[in-house]
Amino acid sequence: MIAVIKYGAGNVRSVLSALSRLGYEGTLTDDKSIIESADKVIFPGVGEASSAMTALRNKGLVDVIRRLKVPFLGICLGMQLMCSHSEEGDTDCIGVIPSGVLRFPEGRGFKVPHMGWNTIESSKGLLYKNVPDESYMYFVHSYYVPISEYSSAITEYDGIKFSASLEKDNFMLTQFHPEKSGDMGELVLKAFLEV
Amino acid sequence: MLAKRIIPCLDVKDGRTVKGVNFVNLRDAGSAVELAALYSEAGADELVFLDITATVENRDTMTELVRSVADRISIPFTVGGGIRGEEDVERILEAGADKISINSAAVRNPGLIGTLSKRFGSQCVVLALDAISNSSMASGYETVIDGGRTGTGIDALEWAREAEKLGAGEILLTSMDADGTKNGFAVDLTRVISSNISIPVIASGGAGTMADFREVFLEGKADAALAASVFHFHEIDIPELKEYLKENGIPVRVGR
Repeated sequence: MIAVIKYGAGNVRSVLSALSRLGYEGTLTDDKSIIESADKVIFPGVGEASSAMTALRNKGLVDVIRRLKVPFLGICLGMQLMCSHSEEGDTDCIGVIPSGVLRFPEGRGFKVPHMGWNTIESSKGLLYKNVPDESYMYFVHSYYVPISEYSSAITEYDGIKFSASLEKDNFMLTQFHPEKSGDMGELVLKAFLEV
Repeated sequence: MLAKRIIPCLDVKDGRTVKGVNFVNLRDAGSAVELAALYSEAGADELVFLDITATVENRDTMTELVRSVADRISIPFTVGGGIRGEEDVERILEAGADKISINSAAVRNPGLIGTLSKRFGSQCVVLALDAISNSSMASGYETVIDGGRTGTGIDALEWAREAEKLGAGEILLTSMDADGTKNGFAVDLTRVISSNISIPVIASGGAGTMADFREVFLEGKADAALAASVFHFHEIDIPELKEYLKENGIPVRVGR
């Protein structure tokens, strides 16, 4: 059973639709026991960090997520929330990845949010077994996770290189939206589903 | 490198596409879902659906369409037309759209932009700005509403800046001078807006040739370009357009 964590984040339906196109069914849930007994967990995310953390705390899900041992896919905000702290709303996050989440600097003449299709490079790890470097993925975000030992792919936006994805133990996290990234995104999702 | 986006626009009435579409390989040429899937397979980067009837009776048909599109395609899409308040937005996003666009309603009630971006995030709030040349405006362009029929006396650049401040995540900029002419995008208007705000601008109106796209990206500083009939009537083929832009040094996503 694939649990898709429900915590008020937007566009969960895209994730469920993408799973169903690949022949899988996701269970949208905020029930601790269902999440704890799932074979895989997807943590989607479009939204704002501090209100998302409040929702997760109110539902008692922070520790549940931190302790999971099954393959886990965090998407966009669902990746950023797995870090220790976000500059968005000065928010303490779940803390699986020891990293901050920073705001793209403004006033450099480039546009925030970083929105649209961008290439990934230096990709490694389970998600990319069928995805070549320089593949385009769809991004929408105003905050980014700097490069660290946990970066499993890198993207550059106007001179700033950041983590397009992270991997640590069972946690696979993407800044881009695989469910919105056409055929290449489906290959990433498929790799996760086949772990 | 961030790619420049190519966005086909589908006008929808009662759940079906309008403006004759002559794709021979479509089972049902009027099916918005089939057309969306076809564009997605051709390598479109995003899609925009404009509900041109947008009546209350039509609401459920549109929601159903959004749901079917979301089930079928794996690229982002925006829905516009007749969105007046939070409830409309919630309904459309819940059905699976990634963004909504608002136009006249935002001019009449600018606070709507802030309300929507706070609740749903600015990434899903697209301000559709229709502009027309008017030399009495500081920027040279005036904002118009109701499909171009009504002037507002508001400078288009001023409105774009205001919308950005209020929390719009993107601007879909349509030139009413260029729209329907096929004589090229309004490059000057696009540059004036795009180079003076810090959210992405989608240029719309006037696309006739592949060179028009090149020009609006290079000279107009557009982040994305939208067109309808040149794609629907197969005058421009999306893979060919992307190849052409790439050869001209413009970053585009090739393949799908």
